[in-house]
Amino acid sequence: MDTSQPLRPSPGPNKDNPEAVRLNVIRRRILARSGQVLFFSSVIIAFIALVALLLTVSNRAFGYVAEENNVNPTTLAAVPLDQLSQEELVKILQDHISRNVFRRLDREQPFVQRSKEDVLALVTERVVQPEVVETWGLFDSLFNRERIEAAVREEHPDATLSFRSWVSWSFLTSPMSSQAEVAGIRTAVLGSLMMILLTMVIAVPIGVGAAIYLEEYATKSRINQIIQTNIYNLAGVPSIIYGILGLAIFVRGLERFTSGATFGVTDSNGRTILSASLTMALLVLPLVIINAQEALKAVPYSFREASYGLGATKWQTIWHHVIPTALPGILTGTILAMSRAIGETAPLIVVGASTFIVSDPNSPFSKFTALPILIYNWTARPFETFRHIAAAAIIVLLALLVIMNLTAILLRNRFRQSY
Amino acid sequence: MTQRATLVSAMNAMTNIGTDTQTIVAADAPKMKTESLSIYYSAFRAVADVTLPVRDRQITAIIGPSGCGKSTLLRALNRMNDLVAGSHIQGKVTLDGEDIYAPNMDVVDIRRRIGMVFQRPNPFPKTIYDNVAFGPRLYGRIPKTELDEIVESSLRRAALWDEVKDKLKQSGLALSGGQQQRLCIARAVAAEPEVILMDEPCSALDPVATLKIEELMQELKKDYAIVIVTHNMQQAARVSDYTAMMMMRSDRAGEMIELDQTQKIFTRPGDKRTEDYVSGRFG
Repeated sequence: MDTSQPLRPSPGPNKDNPEAVRLNVIRRRILARSGQVLFFSSVIIAFIALVALLLTVSNRAFGYVAEENNVNPTTLAAVPLDQLSQEELVKILQDHISRNVFRRLDREQPFVQRSKEDVLALVTERVVQPEVVETWGLFDSLFNRERIEAAVREEHPDATLSFRSWVSWSFLTSPMSSQAEVAGIRTAVLGSLMMILLTMVIAVPIGVGAAIYLEEYATKSRINQIIQTNIYNLAGVPSIIYGILGLAIFVRGLERFTSGATFGVTDSNGRTILSASLTMALLVLPLVIINAQEALKAVPYSFREASYGLGATKWQTIWHHVIPTALPGILTGTILAMSRAIGETAPLIVVGASTFIVSDPNSPFSKFTALPILIYNWTARPFETFRHIAAAAIIVLLALLVIMNLTAILLRNRFRQSY
Repeated sequence: MTQRATLVSAMNAMTNIGTDTQTIVAADAPKMKTESLSIYYSAFRAVADVTLPVRDRQITAIIGPSGCGKSTLLRALNRMNDLVAGSHIQGKVTLDGEDIYAPNMDVVDIRRRIGMVFQRPNPFPKTIYDNVAFGPRLYGRIPKTELDEIVESSLRRAALWDEVKDKLKQSGLALSGGQQQRLCIARAVAAEPEVILMDEPCSALDPVATLKIEELMQELKKDYAIVIVTHNMQQAARVSDYTAMMMMRSDRAGEMIELDQTQKIFTRPGDKRTEDYVSGRFG
């Protein structure tokens, strides 16, 4: 071959001209650099959005609160209330609330059996009756402390100013209430958790089973391809449509089953945890299937080959090798699908989660509420205090999501193997 | 027949070919045999008209350039090709005279009787013990003592026992590449096969590990018929008793152009293309 001539004329600058080559290199460097800057700024924008979200939420969830007492505690006793004995506290209670209410409280749990903290809480709630008169956000509280104190002295001379975290243990453990100061999210958290658990019980076996069939057994026939495509499509269907489907099928159509009437539960309609879970299961099923399929696809073919080569049947191969190897991936995908379900609001509204419910859910046939519903409901109210507890509920929901996603990541790392 | 035998042995005496000549002449029935075997992937014919006897207690090597259908042929011997959608065969593959593609033959049992060792060591991500015990366990529960015995003897046969006897509960993936491959051989042996197929078993290994596997093959050959596909002609020359030379035809189907005793293939091949190939002139 004649090597003096290149096979084809090379593009770009004339290789014999050093200046042209240098300029060409500089041009390509600039292009590469600007690409890098572009991608980096995308990351920054996403990060800023996340930080803005967290700041807004925490701004509402923490901050100064000015509280005014209807009854000044100093008029009740000479020393601060928490230094009184239990008998003295009960006495105060007896003196200041109506006899009927006192008797009812005693019937719920005799005062002698109650703890001192409990009685103190009752005195505070029933007698002292603190009322939040004004609230401030976190940043105001941090940076404008003097101004806030001055405003309180001027406008609410009787009020005490204190820094308050709206997320608190009592917020987590109290049931709902129409008063923002004492409202808690216990019913909603329990409702959300029960719903997720039930959703998982329904969606995971069906989803993983479908994935195993599609991945291991299904041939590349036309019907199977249509099914596969539609699973991808279903994963993108708006959640409210699943809500409407759930309303039609589970709440209305299968009311006898979802209300528990078939099982002897009489005081319920179809708007139960079971209906919500079935709807959520439909919603996350495509996600579970797709995630499980990806996990199954990642199982090296050499394992299957080795297993078949030893005389294993298809089922033995799947059961002993494919599923155990894919399990971490399947688990991770499942948890991520569940964290999607726990944040969904629209289908729950349609299926009919209660917006106000005080009793804890105790069976799949209970009426229930869920965290996103609570947040939706509270943010819609005009009172400032409800905005604060809505923010606090958002923080709890975000914490739940973070915990679930962290679990997924840890599981994945724990079981990650190199083949 | 006798006349021919005399002639052959006379020729062998002259050319000083190995002692295995008697086996070839003694026309004993081969352990396995392909008869005019053609293998298709859908419409594409990958292997054409191969008639290859595999003798018991002998090592048969299949050599040839890339893409000539060596692995495809090997995988047809224990019906691994069945896993590939659209693959089918024409002709016959027999094991002890029985057609393994006959409808009454169970493919699962065929693969147990004809074990396979793959190109890349592929131990399961389980313990060494569980890797070896997998084959026997496929048939149901086995008493622990019996299983222990099977595992030990299989690992011994694969010349791996002394290296792993203290870490049977460790993952098979923690072993070195050569040890992994011997573990795969132990795993195949534990299933009590009659024939062992090896698909380039040393191509992912270093020379020392390769040597160990080759020594092991000489041991295994005392009990099993072995078929090995290899790219490494020195390896074929070192370990095998018979060598089949395959080439790709112009229609891209692989055919077997020569089958003979290994020594003959490497010293006095009958086909010019074989000579070119084994002497390194191409391929």
